[in-house]
Formats: sequence, structure tokens, C-alpha cells
Amino acid sequence: MRIAIPKETAEGEARVAGTPDSVKRLCKLGFSVTVEKGAGSRASFTDDAYIEAGAQICEDINECLADARVVLKVQAPTDAELALIPEGATLIAFLKPAQSGDLLQKLADRKINALAIESVPRISRAQKMDALSSTANIAGYRAIIEAAHNFGRFFTGQITAAGKIPPAKVLVIGAGVAGLSAIGTAKSMGAIVRAFDTRAEVREQVESMGAEFLTVEIEEEGSGSGGYAKEMSKEFIDAEMALFREQAKDVDIVITTALIPGKPAPKLWLADMVDSMRKGSVIVDLAAEMGGNCDYTIADEKIVHNHVTIIGYTNLPSRAASQSSRLYSTNLAHLLSELTPEKNGEISINFDDEVIRGATVVKNGEITWPPPAAKISAQPKSTAKPIEDVKAAVEKKADKKKSPLAIFGFWIVAAVLLLWLGKVAPPDFVSHFTVFILAIFIGWQVIWNVSHALHTPLMSVTNAISGIVVVGALLQIGATGSGLVTLLAFVAVLVASINVFGGFFVTYRMLKMFRR
Amino acid sequence: MNGMIAMAYLFSAVMFILSLGGLSSHETARRGNIYGIVGMAVAIIATIAGIVAGALWMVVIAMLIGAVIGLSLAKRVAMTQMPQMVALLHSFVGLAAVLIGWGGFLAPQVSLHGSAHVVHSTEIYLGVFIGAITLTGSLVAFCKLQGLVSGKPLTLPARHWLNLAAIAACIVLGVLFVPAEINPGTVINLLLMTAIALLLGIHLVAAIGGADMPVVISMLNSYSGWAAAATGFMLGNDLLIVVGALVGSSGAILSYIMCRGMNRSFISVILGGFGSDGGEVAVDEVEGEAIAVDLEELAEDLKSADNIIIVPGFGMAVAHAQQAVSDLTDRLRKMGKTVRFGIHPVAGRLPGHMNVLLAEANVPYDIVLEMDEINPDFPGTDLAMVIGANDTVNPDAVEKPGSPIAGMPVLEVWKAGKVVVLKRSMASGYAGVANPLFYKDNARMLFGDAKDSLQGVLGKLSD
Repeated sequence: MRIAIPKETAEGEARVAGTPDSVKRLCKLGFSVTVEKGAGSRASFTDDAYIEAGAQICEDINECLADARVVLKVQAPTDAELALIPEGATLIAFLKPAQSGDLLQKLADRKINALAIESVPRISRAQKMDALSSTANIAGYRAIIEAAHNFGRFFTGQITAAGKIPPAKVLVIGAGVAGLSAIGTAKSMGAIVRAFDTRAEVREQVESMGAEFLTVEIEEEGSGSGGYAKEMSKEFIDAEMALFREQAKDVDIVITTALIPGKPAPKLWLADMVDSMRKGSVIVDLAAEMGGNCDYTIADEKIVHNHVTIIGYTNLPSRAASQSSRLYSTNLAHLLSELTPEKNGEISINFDDEVIRGATVVKNGEITWPPPAAKISAQPKSTAKPIEDVKAAVEKKADKKKSPLAIFGFWIVAAVLLLWLGKVAPPDFVSHFTVFILAIFIGWQVIWNVSHALHTPLMSVTNAISGIVVVGALLQIGATGSGLVTLLAFVAVLVASINVFGGFFVTYRMLKMFRR
Repeated sequence: MNGMIAMAYLFSAVMFILSLGGLSSHETARRGNIYGIVGMAVAIIATIAGIVAGALWMVVIAMLIGAVIGLSLAKRVAMTQMPQMVALLHSFVGLAAVLIGWGGFLAPQVSLHGSAHVVHSTEIYLGVFIGAITLTGSLVAFCKLQGLVSGKPLTLPARHWLNLAAIAACIVLGVLFVPAEINPGTVINLLLMTAIALLLGIHLVAAIGGADMPVVISMLNSYSGWAAAATGFMLGNDLLIVVGALVGSSGAILSYIMCRGMNRSFISVILGGFGSDGGEVAVDEVEGEAIAVDLEELAEDLKSADNIIIVPGFGMAVAHAQQAVSDLTDRLRKMGKTVRFGIHPVAGRLPGHMNVLLAEANVPYDIVLEMDEINPDFPGTDLAMVIGANDTVNPDAVEKPGSPIAGMPVLEVWKAGKVVVLKRSMASGYAGVANPLFYKDNARMLFGDAKDSLQGVLGKLSD
């Protein structure tokens, strides 16, 4: 099957749906790949690199899409592009199925199968195909870079001969993938980072990135299905706003990333908060495409309001086109490898596969979006607790063992037994017994010192020295015993000798091997 | 003369203690072995010097045959076969103890009366009993390890009752045997007991599965020591008593360490069958999918990792992959990476088995670390490579209290940046517990024979 990777035509889109690396992977799956001339140029991939990876280069989009069976794109196709995609082909791109019912209908009319990469269910198995996460990661990083670019000061604090530089204070609202990425980036640049999220479960993640987790007093769990947040109650929002108003006076950079699936972005950073911010502050609104979290946000624009810069770029990943293209194309390659289980270059859209079912929005002329609900929490509720339970159980066990009464009882019983033995046994036995018990204690002390790594040589050397029973047999062989006793002793000497010689020699062999 | 022999024995005993003491570090271990050999030579020469010259030719013949067999065995054995070798050697000690016990019983005794007679008979009885169990138990262990019989635990119905009945029978026979003078009746009693003890040894070890073998072998090691000690008591020989006690406690400690490594009580291991007694094994289907990788990806991962920990298990021994592991380690170290090994106490079929295999393949011992030493380092590790280990790296042991292996100390490989598991299939390990490690987000599986895989990866790295 032929895969076509056309050049993106959307305004400001620098990404490409395939890189030389991903082309190699696709070829391995049995596909042939056609790339439109110059498709990767804005993401720093040359046509030559594609050719080297095994792709063909086509002069224009007509030629590229002419006999394509699979079309890989970043953005949804324009009407003109749509007209070029052959009937029965499969399109994979960011299709925004929730907002673009028209597009889905057109695809269905043209009998083009379509997989929306953002509809891949967020389950652990599908993480390798989760393009939303990989783009969000870049968006978060880029948000901080844009903020730093527009911010007139350092992120990190310094004391220099020319004066003290205070560190920048960054507030990240929404600790999803993008938020966490922004936190990490800001932190590594030396800023003081705070983060807010309605989902209490992300607290650990936020703190692990080195940010301070802000909370409101009201208890309410904000986790919805699929790892997203849900809408909160009025009381909660009031408390949240109060917190933001307080923060607005203090922070220099605000990154907002709050999205609720299928709804306009919630307004979280209101006009009065922007007005109360220090001059020179920067707001980066990652929700701009869905209406923005900030009152002043204008999609795709940078505006300055009252000396506060508000950035509403909707396509931040495209501003890091090379990296974004790499991650996105790897996601696509993984999805295609799921679609071609036979690795024979023939895709099959198998609706029994949860991931493929979730991603497919149009199949055989029918709109199959939204997929049937599959409810899987992104994260088990509590993993920390069982560990404590186990530890507690282990400790309990250990406590039980060491009751002083039991120790006392043991020694009393042992003493009584010893005294009794001393009374009835012959004196000879008593002296042998003394040697025996003392030897056990010596053995106990000596063996505990043996290094774990030498346990096998320990076993073979103890094997060898337990061949000391040969001494017993020697004593018997010499005694003027009967023929039978001598025979038994003879055999005993023989087998014990095997032990003595074999044991020492194999120990020697082993120890010789250990080297530093 | 007797005084000199006694002093020679004392010297031997000291040498043996020093020999075991020498094993506390790699530097002194070889010297320790020499001490052992010297001690043994002195003991044998002193004993031979004390016996009548007429029997000397028999001694020489017996020892020559024994030496030839022993040396050729020791010379030919492959390091992967060490568990079998050790088991076989245990059985010889058991056999010798039984024979000496019988010899002591049949040899005409200077008349012993009263308590002296009771003590002497008890010693013979115990010596034969322990020796017989050691003999057959070790032979069964040998057969299991050699693959001559299946490694699966043999679970006869009412097996605990069978063992109990056997022990009860031996006690009854012992009560009859001990006070009586030698006569045909006591001979039959001792014979019967020997037979029962031999069967008991077979049954005890047959009921224990393959991966519990480290415990069994150390237990048999301990038994062989006690058998030697009992022989010493019978003959009134302090050297045998001392050595028996040393070996006995050595084996006991090893069993204890092995049991602790599996978080199981000694009793439950000896009674055999993993988790089969309770009847409720929490079998949870693990959610998710294991992600397979190919050689190239593993090679790439290795190239990009700076800090690597390799965790070998019994699978490495089965695949004879230690040389490949060593070559790979060499290569990676030459590339400037930190490579270390993490060894679980019960990895393999013998205490310290992995260490010996790695040493055989010339892996320097100072990068081979114990579980407790290396566990804190996993979070700072880029890549953990698990080669043929399963239960010893199962996260359930710390994360899931209901799991059959809960509380067992494990190597926490999943805390590394990435884990690659080399494995033949998705089959579960000895404990029969699914391993959620394979489904963790940072885990990858490389299926196939460990040796071939490692050699393949090495090839890719050299390109």
C-alpha cells in the first residue's frame, strides 16, 4: 500500500506528518511512501533525507495523492485537498471530530476512512500513539519559551556586582501534560514555579517537578473520565478565583492550560486579574483555540494590554516544528503498526481493537464518531497505601517474634534440658557435647561473615570438609573388625574421598575465576 | 601417640575454621581453600598413622579410587551444573555416614553399659537416620537439577501425614533399638529404620519444586554436617564433631538466608508446593499489554543509557548466556558506561550461583552487587536489563499485599528509567504469579533465547 505525506497547507503550519526516521519504520511495515516535495523543509528535513530513508519524492500534491491508500497529515485537509484524496483511502490527522461535523460528513460522502489521532483512547497501551500528549508536551515547553521571549527579565535569580536579579515567579494553571512540561521547563530555567489544578491526584506529579502545588480550602475532586478535569461547583470556582486574584499581584508569568473536553475553555484569568498584574508580566494562554482561559486572549495573536503581554498563539507545537514532527510521526508510525498487525503493508481497520475503534471517525462512508464509551481511569487511585500495609504487616511479624518472655522461657527450658543431660549422660559425652555446642557457635559467627557472592564456593568447601567423615571410616577400617565392617568402611573411605578431592578441587576452580 | 593425634586434630579443626573464615572476602578466599586442604591432609595422615599397618593398602586403594573419581568430576563439571555437583557430593557424605553408622553398630564393641550404651546407640541411630535422609534427598535433588526427573513438586495426597507417619515409625523403632543389646531383632530394627529414612529423604525433596532448590541444597548441606557430627559422637572423635557442627550451622544459615530471600518460612519450603496449601492464590489478570522491542531498539537504548544495571536470573543459566552477558558488559564499559549487576539472594538454583556463573565468564566481581546494595540505585539508573528473572523482579511483592509473593524482597527494577526484560515467553515464573512488571509503561520485552539476543545486540552495538 502507498502512503502519501503531503506538505501542510494551513497558515503557519510548519510541521510534517512524516520524518525520514518514521518513513524507515513505515517501509519496514511493508508500505511504500511518497512525500511531497519540500514537505519537511520547514521542519528541517530535506527531500534528500527522505529519499535516503526509502521514500519517493513527488513534485506536487496532485501526484502525491493520486494513488495513495493512506494519507498522513497534521492538520485536517482543506476542501481542495479533500478532493484529491482518492475514494476508499484512509486519512489520519488531527481532525477535531467534536467540532468539525461538516468535515466528517464530507469524508463519509467521499467514502474516505478517517482516523482522528486525538481520539485515540487514553489508556496505557495506547500511550505510544498519544499525539495529544506529545504535542501538549511541546506546547508546554514552547509556552515558557514564548513567555521568556516576551518577558523583560531573567527567570533565574542572581546576585551580581551590578545588583540583585530577582527570580521570576511562574504560575501554571492546569497540570496536564502541557502544564507539567511548562513547570519542568520554567523550573529548569530557574524560576519559582507554582501550579494549580482542580484534580488533587496530580499534586504528587507537580511536586515531583519541583513546583509548589496551590490548593483551595474546599474539598472537591475534579477528576473526570479519561484523565481530564470536569467542571466544578460554584463555591469551588469562587474560592479558586480568590486564590488567583491573590496570585495575580505576585506572579510575573501565567501559563493557562485548562481545557474541558468538548466545551469552550473555562474563563479563569479574568480582566481584573490581568489589570492587577505587574507591568511587564506575560500571560500565555494555551487554551486560546477553545476561546481562551483569559478574558483578553485573542486567538493566534500577541496583544499588550496595560503593559501585560497576552499570548494566544494556537499552534505552539508548530513553532518547534522539527521536534513536534518527530514525535507526531512516531505516534503515527505506532498507530500504523497497530493497523497492520501482519506487517505486510495492508492496513485493516479492526473495530475489535479498542484503540483503533476509538480513533476511527469515519469508516466505509459512515460516521463512527463518537465511539462507544470506554471508561478507564488514567491512574489507579492509591498505590502508596498497599506498600505501607505490607510494611506494617512485616513489622508486626517482626514484633511478634521478640517477646522477652519467650526468650526467657527458651533459655529456662534449654538450661533444664542441659542439666538433665549432664545428670544422665556419661562424662565422655558431656565433653564431646561441649565441643559440639561451642563449634556450632563458632560456625554461626564465621558463616555470617561469608560474602553472599561466595556462597557457592562456601557450599563446595563445606562439602569437601564434611568429607572429614573419612576419618571415621579410617578408624573402622583399621579396627580388627569383621569382614563386613571392613567392607562398609572401605566403601565409606572411597565415597568420602570423592568428596574431599572433588570438593576442594572444584572450589579451587571456582575461586580462581573470581577476578576484579 | 594418642596425644599427638589429638593435637593434629585440633590443628585441623583450626585450619577448617580459618578456611571458612577466609571466604569472607574474595581476596582471602583462595587462601581459605588452601587452609582447608592442609587441615584435611593433616587429619587424614594423623588418622592413618594411628591405625594398624595391615589395613593401609585398603586405605590407599579406596582413597586413590575416590580421588580419581572426585577430581575428574570436579574437573569436568560446568559452572552451570554446580548445583547438581553440590547435591551429588552431599549424597556421598550421607552415604558415608550411613555406612560408618552401620559399621559402628556391627563392630564388636567394648562392653558399654547403662547410659553409655544408650548414648552410643542413640548416636548410631541418629547418624544413620540423618545420613540416609541426606543420601536419598540429595540424589533426588541431583536428579531434579540434572533434569532426570521433573522439577515439579510431587504432591501425593496426605503427604504431610506420610512424612509424619515415617517419622513416628522411626521414633518407635528407635525406642526399641536404643536400649537393646545387639541381636537379630535390633539389626532388623536398624534396617527398617534405614529403609524408612531413605524413603523419607526421597519424598521430602520430591515434594519441593525447582526454584526452592537453593533452600533444599543448603538444607541438605546442613544435614550432611549434622550426619558427620553424629558420626563423631558415635566414634568419640572431636574433630568430626567440630567439622560437623561447622558445616551444619553453615547450611542452616544459608537456608535461613535463602528463605528470607523468598520471604517464606523454612517449614513451608520444606513441606513443599508453592502456595498450594492455602488453596487461595490471588490470580489477578494484569491489565495492559506488554510492548515488545527488537534487537535494534535495545541496542539504541543501551547506546543512549549511561547507567545500566543487569539483573540475571535462572534463565541466564538455562540459556548459558553468561559469556554473552560478559561480552556485552565489556563492550558497554569500553563505551564509557557504568554497568553493574544486581543479584537476588535466591537467583539460580544454588546460593551464590549467579556470582559463580558471572565469575566464570570473567565479569569482575566488584561490579556484581547484592540486592540490598543495589536497590537504592535503581531510581538513578537509565536502563535495567532483566535476563531470565521473573519472580525476583515482581513489583507485586511490594505493591500488592494480597499477592502470594507479598513481602518477598525483590529487585526494584521498575524504578529505573527503562526496563528491558529478556525472556523466552510471557509465561509466569515459579510462583505462578503474573508479573505486572511486563505491563509497566517503562518496561519493554525482548523475546527469544537470551544468548542469541545478547549476541545480536552486541553485534548491533559493534556496527
